Order: sequence, then C-alpha cells, then structure tokens
Amino acid sequence: MISADLTSLLALYQGRGREALLPVLWDIHHHYGYVSAEAAQVIGHTLHVPLADIYGVIEFYAMFYDRPTGKRIIRVCQDPLCALVGSADICQALSERLHIEPGETTADGAYTLELAPCLGQCDHAPAALVNTTAHGHLHSDRLDDLLQNTPTPLKTRLGGMLRIALANVGQVDPASLQDYRDNAGFAGLYKALSMSPAEIIKTISDSGLLGRGGAAFPAGRKWEFTAKGPGQTRYFIVNGDESEPGAFKDRVLMEGDPFRILEGLMIGCYAIGATQGYIYIRGEYQLPYERIQHAVDQLYAAGMLGANALGPAKALDIEVRRGAGAYICGEETALMESIEGKRGMPRLRPPFPTTYGLFGQPTVINNIETVAKIAPIMLHGAAFYRGLGTSDAAGSKLFAVSGCVRRPGVYEVVFGVPLRHIIEELAGGALPGRTIQAVLTGGAAGRFMTADQLDTPVNFDSFRQAGGSVGAGTLMVFDDAVDLRQVLAQIAHFFAHESCGKCYPCQMGTQRQLEILQRLAHRQPAAGDRERLIDLAATMTDSSICGLGQTAAMATLSAMERWPELLFDGDRRENG
Amino acid sequence: MDNSHPMIELTIDGQTVQAAPGSTILQAAHSIGIDIPVICYHEATTPNAVCRICTVEVTGQRTLLPACVAQVAPGMQVQTQSERARRSRKVILELLASTVDLAEAPEIQAQMADYQADPQRYDGTRREAGYFDDNPFYIRDYDKCILCWRCMQVCADDAQYVNALTLGGRGFDSHIATFYDQPMPDTSCVFCGQCLGVCPTGALKPKRQALMEQGQPEDVIWLATRPPRRKERKP
Ligand SMILES: Cc1cc2nc3c(=O)[nH]c(=O)nc-3n(C[C@H](O)[C@H](O)[C@H](O)COP(=O)(O)O)c2cc1C
Ligand code: SF4
Ligand code: SF4
Ligand code: FES
Repeated sequence: MISADLTSLLALYQGRGREALLPVLWDIHHHYGYVSAEAAQVIGHTLHVPLADIYGVIEFYAMFYDRPTGKRIIRVCQDPLCALVGSADICQALSERLHIEPGETTADGAYTLELAPCLGQCDHAPAALVNTTAHGHLHSDRLDDLLQNTPTPLKTRLGGMLRIALANVGQVDPASLQDYRDNAGFAGLYKALSMSPAEIIKTISDSGLLGRGGAAFPAGRKWEFTAKGPGQTRYFIVNGDESEPGAFKDRVLMEGDPFRILEGLMIGCYAIGATQGYIYIRGEYQLPYERIQHAVDQLYAAGMLGANALGPAKALDIEVRRGAGAYICGEETALMESIEGKRGMPRLRPPFPTTYGLFGQPTVINNIETVAKIAPIMLHGAAFYRGLGTSDAAGSKLFAVSGCVRRPGVYEVVFGVPLRHIIEELAGGALPGRTIQAVLTGGAAGRFMTADQLDTPVNFDSFRQAGGSVGAGTLMVFDDAVDLRQVLAQIAHFFAHESCGKCYPCQMGTQRQLEILQRLAHRQPAAGDRERLIDLAATMTDSSICGLGQTAAMATLSAMERWPELLFDGDRRENG
Repeated sequence: MDNSHPMIELTIDGQTVQAAPGSTILQAAHSIGIDIPVICYHEATTPNAVCRICTVEVTGQRTLLPACVAQVAPGMQVQTQSERARRSRKVILELLASTVDLAEAPEIQAQMADYQADPQRYDGTRREAGYFDDNPFYIRDYDKCILCWRCMQVCADDAQYVNALTLGGRGFDSHIATFYDQPMPDTSCVFCGQCLGVCPTGALKPKRQALMEQGQPEDVIWLATRPPRRKERKP
C-alpha cells in the first residue's frame, strides 16, 4: 500500500526524469529516514528509472539508507585531524552510552551511530554531525548537547594579508541580499553585462586566475573551450563538494558569502552562454547549503534569476544540488553523473567536460573559491588580480590550516609568501611545548614537507621542488607527538572507504594499501611489504581511471621518500 | 574504407603501423599481430575500461593508457611491454587473485602465468559476495565475480534493456546486486541467459551445469531446473 504522504511528496516530481533522483531521495530521507523498497518503486515509476538502478544509487551514497535508521544519526569523524584529538574516545563513549556499536541503531530507534570520513570541520576537531547539523570541540565527558542536537555555533578563524576571496566573510550579512548590494554586490555582474562574453573570457584569462580545486587549470581557458564547444546548450557547475580530509576553505565561503558565489556563477553563465547553472554541495554541509539556497531564493524573489535574469527574456536558472556522502563526487565527471541521478563514478576521458559534460553538453566546472574570485576580477579588472602574487601564480589563495597549531583557520595570502608566514604568524605555530614535525601539504592526496622547509615560498614551482604540493590549499600540521604511521593508515582508510570501485587498481588497491599500512602502523610488517607497497603505489598511480586512485598513494610515497625508515624500522616520535 | 580520412601512422613496440582514425590502440596492435591482454573488454559490450589490464605506455603521457579505449593519434609511440606496463598488469592480476576465486577463469590464469603473478602476494580480506541459487535457470556465485560489468551491460543498454542488475556497495565492497537484493524471479529478469554467455569466470552458470558439477543425480537436476508454473503477474 502506498501512503498518501509518499504520493503527495512525489507529486512534486511528476514529469521529471532521472536527474531528479538525488533530490527525491533526500526528500524521502527527511520524511522517513530511509528508502523502503515500496518507496523506491514509486520513485522508479515517477522518474522512469529502472528499479535496480535506484537501489544501486542508494547503495553508493553513504548518507542514503535502504533500511530504517535512528531518528538521530550521529556521525563521528574518524579522519586524521579529529583522531589526533580523541574522536575514537568520543565514539567509544557514545557506544557505551547508547549501548550500540558504530553502524547500529538503538532498540528504541532514537539513535544510529556512524563513523564518518572527514566532515570539513577540522578547525573544530573533534567533530560530529547529528543528522546533518555540525557539532565541534567535542569532549567525551560532555555529550549531552550532541545527543540532544543542541549545537554551539562554530566559528572559523579567518585572517591573512589581504581579503579578496574573504572580503565579505564576517563583514556582510550572508542572509541579506540588500546588505550584499550595499557592499558593492553585483557591481561585477553589471559590469560584465555591459561587456561581450568574449571580453569577459579575455578578462578572466588575462587575470591569470587558476582553478582552486586542486589542478590549477587556467579558468579562462576552460571557459573559452566550453564557449566554443559543440551545440547550443551549455552548463556551468560550481563544485562545493569539498570532502578531502583537512579541507574546509570552501565551507567558509559558502557560509559567509553566498551571494558572491552566485554572482560569479551568473557572470560565468553569461560568458559561456549557459542558461542553467548548478551548485553541488556535499551532503554533510548543512549550513553552507542553507545559506546558498536562501540566497538563490532571494535572487528569484528579486527577479534576478529566472526568466529575465540577465535582461529582458534572457533567462538564467540556478539549482542547488546536495551530495549524499561520497568524496568521489568532487571529481568533476563523477559529480556530473551524480547530478544526472547516477552512482558517482568518474567517466572515461576523453571526451572532456568542455565538449561532453553534464547531460552530454559542453560544461564548465569550477571550484567555489575560483568562482568567488570572478566578481572582484570583473569589478577591478584583470591587471589588479594579475598584479598580485608571482609570475607563475597570480593572485591570492586560501589555505585551510588544521592540526597541531594554535590557531587553525582559513587564511588568505598572495602567492610568494613563505610557508612559515602561514604556519607560524597566521596559524600561531606549534602548540606550547611542541615542535612541528611535518606539514602535509595539498591534502590527503598530498605530500609532506618538514619543519626545516618552512621558508619555501608558497607557489607551484617552489613547492614542487621542495617535494610539496599546493593542491586546493590544505595544510595539515603534525607535531612531534604525532605518530605519522597512524596518520598514513588513517589516510589509507579514507581512500579505501571512498574509492568508487569502478577500476581494479583503485577498487582493490586501496583496500590492500590500507591493510599493509595498518600492519606497518602496528609495527608488524610482513616480509616483502616495502616492495609490495611500492608496486601497489605505482600501479594505482599509473593505471587508475581518475585522480582518486592516481593519488591515493601520494602521501605514503612522499613519507617513504622523506623518511625511508619511518614505516619499516625507525620511530618518528623519538627522532622527529 | 573511407578514403577521405587518411590513415594514421604510429609505432607500437617499435613497429610502424597504419590505423584508421578512431580505431583503438588495441585494434591497431592486433592488426600487426601484437597481443595486449584484456579482461573486461568484450566485443559485444560497450568498453568501460574498468580492469586496466590492457594499459600501455605512450610516450609523453603522465599515466598509462587503456588500449581497449584509447584512440590512435599521429606519431604516437606505444610500448605494450614496458616495465611500467608489465608491472601494472602483474599487480592487477595479483590483486584479483587475492580478492576473488579464479579457479574457473582459465584466461586470467594463463595471464597470471605469462606475467609471473604471485597469487598470494596481496593476501588480505577476500570479497565474499555470496552464492545465490534462487531460480531454476542459473546460479550466481559472486565469490568468483571479477566485476567486469558485462552481465549488467547485456542486461541493460547493450542488449536486453531489462535492467535487472546493478552495482551494490562501493570500493572494495562493490558487487553485482538486484533491487533490494531480491531473488532473481522477483526482479525484472526475463531469464534470457545473455549474462551467462558473457561471464568470463564461472560466476554465472547454468543451473544444470552447476548441479552436474556437484554430482547431483539426474532426477534431482530435472526437478531443480524445471521452469516454475507461470507466476501471477505482479502489478
Ligand atoms: C577524487 C577527486 C575529488 C575532488 N574533489 C573536489 C572538490 O571537492 N572540489 C573541487 O572544487 N574540486 C575537486 N576535485 C577537482 C575537480 O575534478 C575539478 O578539477 C575542479 O572542480 C575544477 O575546478 P577549478 O578548475 O576551479 O579548480 C576533485 C578531484 C578528484 C580527482
Ligand atoms: S580511481 Fe578509484 S575512484 Fe577513480 S574511477 Fe577508479 S575506482 Fe573509481
Ligand atoms: S557476474 Fe560475471 S559477467 Fe557479471 S560482473 Fe561478475 S564476472 Fe562479470
Ligand atoms: S580490457 Fe581495457 S580496461 Fe579492461
């Protein structure tokens, strides 16, 4: 029997197709907490999706369930930065209090306990979510707020030598279109609308703006390729999936300055000739989602989106999409699959998204921080941005600093400053009585730098030469009390958990890498583990389909290069 | 052949070869008698390049390229037997052997011999995806499944458009699944048997054969493999 609730819920989606699958599944979860087979059948008939495929999608995303869950799902982060400050104790304490193990639901159906990958609240470690509400600075003696879901607001420390991306954050009310307008909001858009699309693209190219999602691809060139792509339809996607351990800079922008991101997206759509834009936000980011959605709603109410958004009869629509617990959906083609209502598995390339992207149409996908820079570049001109930074790296960059420092937070600097400036002056340096052992640069798929390399200037070439990686601007700091072997095992766990499973090297390789690194972390190597690990790393790096598998061994390889004895004999804690 | 498109010239293992535009490295290699191993590739299904056993080294490329889908380009220099390519193949075979039961996959066993792959080298958790005997026509022994995707593909857009199969789980725990793990007769499966025809590892097998291998007597087999009486049509 099909309930009236379900019928009315699905009535909203009549006439839509598979692309509406994730939004429907989220609605069903909000209502029922899980998707029953009966609900899945109704969804299948409404959206014309094969039933097996719906099940495949539910199975893929960690935040979707095919069986009943507790009313409150507590998701405790288990990744390196929360683990350093006792997330395991918190999980243990919750287990004891609720009498359940992770993955289980209490008999009264009140709680489900889950271990989660990094929640992007690293500066508030240890962190957890209750359903999707973020809680930070947890302590195993004070769990009532968590259990009652009464969170204390979490405030990320901001700073730096200048404010371009961060200009409005903490200054302009993120919930007020009026306040945004009063602070030069949409001046960049209006200027752009007075120019031709080709002129805008040239401005972005001339500014030297590089993608801030990790690959540092020139934004202007991506726009140009897409604008020239086949056919008439184009899409512009903003990537707010930010799920790599230690990354939280995009969260700060989405929470603090949603209109700026929308302004950049609107300029981008106009420049490439797109009439539909998307913002894809990871499912664990509740506040960023609410802020962005609220801003979109206000723009529709003001007539700035919709039928006449960019002028009379010049339509532009923006849709906010939520992920559902899958790091791989940050990979651009997996993200497109996810918007299309599928398992988030990366596509083969070529063809590239600039010719064959979302729904098979030419598509630009840019990172949140990249897009947040568009409006100021339009307003102040290419030369303004180009003039900042170094010759190989124009402009400013956000760095998310976490781990063993006094002031974890998000800091904006121009390229060329020494790494020491970020770690010591901005983030406050090592904790009292401690010394810095290593900085993992460029995220979990990044490389280690050491305390004696802090004078390396922050730019792509210098970092590369020093064996580091700029990536998306993630800096995880580990002091002399940290056992890096444990960190490597936790990173390996993350990749094994998040591998999509499509290609053999990563599907099986990340699991074996985890097993080997766990052995090594327990100091119980098996004969031949060094060669086993090296061969595995080479195979994942050489033969995997996408960046996840290709970089899953990066941190381990980097550690093996820097500290040849670390994993196999010596002890980092004594001689750090 | 369409003469308006000139042939593309490239080298494979030092030999010059002419290939039609749009052809794959695998096709070009075959045309001059060079063999590149494949696992997931099958002529009847759309290539998804998931196994990566066919990856080859192409000068100037950061990663190895899957020969079954990568297209030829003018001046391309391909090495099918470079150290990197051979190491990658060997490790992929070792990973497979550590994960699934390859006892009935003779082609993969032959590849393991070719590459001197050690089946014990990556010993660890095995993927035990289950044995399903839920219909009179075939059994599904997923401990033998290598996730080549072919069964899913012929069940869907590559042949039948029946869509009874999907992937469940993720990463190492990925497995072939049905809607809410329902038994085959409750799904949209029409028992066409196409999936059995493309399965390379004995994971899908006619029920009669499975029972014969178990040494069951003929009368038992006869009973177990009778089609059920017509089901009532589900709404
Ligand atoms: C496994 C994986 C995860 C990724 N996650 C993100 C992400 O969360 N956010 C992001 O902007 N880019 C992510 N990327 C990079 C995107 O594929 C893409 O390059 C980026 O969104 C392009 O934007 P940009 O040019 O502005 O940097 C990821 C890549 C990989 C391989
Ligand atoms: S590398 Fe990993 S995440 Fe990427 S396609 Fe392969 S299995 Fe999926
Ligand atoms: S059951 Fe057979 S055909 Fe299907 S994916 Fe597994 S090995 Fe391939
Ligand atoms: S045969 Fe080419 S990837 Fe499997």
